[in-house]
Amino acid sequence: MAQTNTAFATTGRSRKGEPFVWLTAAGLTIGVILTLGLLGLVVVKGLEVFWPARLVVLEVEPAEGSGQGTAAGTVAGYVVQERVRRDLAGKTHEEIQVFRGNRELHGEKFVFLDRADIAETRQPGDLLLVERLEGGHVIGRAGALELAGGERLEAGAAGFDERLEQLIEESAGRREELKRIEKDQIGRNAKRVKELNLEAKLAGSDAGVAAELAELREEFERLDGERGEIRERLEADHFVVESADGREIRLAGGELLHVFRPNEAGFLGRLGEMFRRGWTFLSSDPREANTEGGVYPAIFGTVVMTLVMSIFVTPFGVIAAIYLREYAKQGHLVRAVRISVNNLAGVPSIVFGVFGLAFFIYFVGGLVDDTFFPDAEEPVYKSGGILWASLTLALLTVPVVIVATEEALAAVPRGVREAALACGASKWQAIQRVVLPASLPGILTGVILAMARGAGEVAPLMLVGVVKSAPDLPIDGVAPFVHPERQFMHLGFHIYDLGFQSPDSEAAKPMVFATTLLLISIVVVMNLAAIVIRNRLRKKYATSSF
Amino acid sequence: MHEMVQTLEETASTEVSQAAIEVADVDFCYGRSRALKDISLKVPKGEIIAFIGPSGCGKSTLLRCFNRMNDLVPGARVTKGEIHVNGVEIHQPGVDPVELRRRVGMVFQKSNPFPRTIYENVAYGPRLAGPVEKSDLDDVVEGALRGAALWDEVKDRLDESAFGLSGGQQQRLCIARTIAVKPEIVLMDEPCSALDPVATAKVEELILELKKDYTIVVVTHNMQQATRISDLTAFFYLGELVEFDRTSAIFTSPKRQETEDYVTGRFG
Repeated sequence: MAQTNTAFATTGRSRKGEPFVWLTAAGLTIGVILTLGLLGLVVVKGLEVFWPARLVVLEVEPAEGSGQGTAAGTVAGYVVQERVRRDLAGKTHEEIQVFRGNRELHGEKFVFLDRADIAETRQPGDLLLVERLEGGHVIGRAGALELAGGERLEAGAAGFDERLEQLIEESAGRREELKRIEKDQIGRNAKRVKELNLEAKLAGSDAGVAAELAELREEFERLDGERGEIRERLEADHFVVESADGREIRLAGGELLHVFRPNEAGFLGRLGEMFRRGWTFLSSDPREANTEGGVYPAIFGTVVMTLVMSIFVTPFGVIAAIYLREYAKQGHLVRAVRISVNNLAGVPSIVFGVFGLAFFIYFVGGLVDDTFFPDAEEPVYKSGGILWASLTLALLTVPVVIVATEEALAAVPRGVREAALACGASKWQAIQRVVLPASLPGILTGVILAMARGAGEVAPLMLVGVVKSAPDLPIDGVAPFVHPERQFMHLGFHIYDLGFQSPDSEAAKPMVFATTLLLISIVVVMNLAAIVIRNRLRKKYATSSF
Repeated sequence: MHEMVQTLEETASTEVSQAAIEVADVDFCYGRSRALKDISLKVPKGEIIAFIGPSGCGKSTLLRCFNRMNDLVPGARVTKGEIHVNGVEIHQPGVDPVELRRRVGMVFQKSNPFPRTIYENVAYGPRLAGPVEKSDLDDVVEGALRGAALWDEVKDRLDESAFGLSGGQQQRLCIARTIAVKPEIVLMDEPCSALDPVATAKVEELILELKKDYTIVVVTHNMQQATRISDLTAFFYLGELVEFDRTSAIFTSPKRQETEDYVTGRFG
């Protein structure tokens, strides 16, 4: 301050733009906060789904004038959310929403309770959280095991826990067996019967066909018998659970998936349970209208569709861009094409869905069906499937690849190009051996962007092959192993379906967050993989300009 | 394109005394602007010719005419006159520029190795003509690198990226890449302008060495360099060839005033 009169004292001009600097910084900050907020919400809510909450027993004694009209009694469950409600009289109520399960007893799995009504809260250690195949979770105390031979094992008796574990394991094995018989053997049998019937209808029946049909019928009877036996075994044992209000729930052994005591478990136990739930979520098929179980078919569908899409879109986009940039005479026509390509990227994605439905499914699929499957009773390729969905998305993302490739080609230094030509390379040789390798990192950037866009797209898929539930994966062990015509599940659509189409939206809510987290993670993982590959290439083919 | 190669070879063998490059009355235009005006000169075989002159005087343009590198520039073309390489007019329809460039190699101002290994850089040219035996290719690569006085420095790291080399080494690698194709004429567009004096000295030494096998045309801004390496010097100014003579004559007793002003540094 003492030296303001130096020759270089500020005139204030140097600080003139500062408000704008603040403005740009504020813009960036808002963007970052919004992104982090979104990611934070998804991560926290998504992981919360898997973290086993403590179970509480609440003694409810409704006070005068409480709005909910809850009956007095005992409620066991875990707290899902807290809220403040204002009733018509303007009085505020602090409420908690409790997941109490036991749908057959209460009709609803969730209940709202006024905090004022709760007389007592306890956390007894012996409360069980039972996962079962149908009907949602059961919460209560272990009652007894009623085993097949009329044997009854009371809770607390020696070996009770071990026997229960054993029962759960046995049931899992039997269900596997049942699935194998139903899906593989009976499925194969039925398929063959259908084929033979068709053959007989077309060519007239003969002795050979009749004999084989009889054989197949016999096999079916045998398999059906086995199936019945396993089903009986699954129903034979029962696990009796006492609910908090003293009623009993009899669970068939075959229904049981998992039993957990969240109040007894320590931190490590709960962590283990969290990983178990996470793994179940990733690896198993959905149940209960997608609100329970896992999302494995949706993960599979998303990844396969995105990869198939990349396989189509990359060569197509790159070749188009090479012609556009390297060979086409740069004139009005090329400029028009380039503008069109850029605009194509802005077309609403549902339009691509409609186009895919009309062109790929009805036209191309119809041709394929007429040519190769004229006898099929139901459309094979003339209906939505993973192949058509991938092609539709490839069309949707091709502008991204074209634009990125063009830019990468343009960024290859002129000197390198000229050097190749000066060595006596033809134009194609120069492009193939020098220009393309040098622009590979840029091309891959385009492919990464295309993949990210394609993996997150939902609207067009709904028209060209995505369904709510498709347990048969597009790649499996049944010949011919790859089934490009099959409908498939997709995580993006799964989120939409769970959140907005589910009959039990309250129960589906956690799954929405978990699935969102998963979809984001998959996109991130696929992008990271592509980025790692790109960086390797960049190192290998680095030119001085990169 | 095959015919063209034959023509080149035939002429080369039949008319021994012929000039490597003969430029007759050439005009060259970028769009509407005339970059070269009525240029005529003869480049004798086996000599080093230096093109000097201020920036934008057309010397690089003329150099790039010799292997039709200007074909790549939209709107650029020779509007008048003829350019003969080994007696063949290079703009006639039978001439394939790709084959021409195999005979007339070029080294650029900025060293521009390919984003590949050292070996791949040198092997690029020989491979273009078709598949080559690995052992033959090894010989060609070694020969070219030795020819470019680079072999001893890189023989242990042929599989490393060419970008690991220093600027001078990169430029000599580019020269090796050019001579690996076994051209007859080597065009050099300011090959030392981006190099330090030590690297420059090495490249100059190399150019003198290459004189035994190739006809060399060098564009340079460095007048000392022209005196050190060239046999003949052409001075260009504003698209015109002002004077073309033995290098000693240009620098000691120029006939034109502009030349004298330029070479003595009184001008520019």
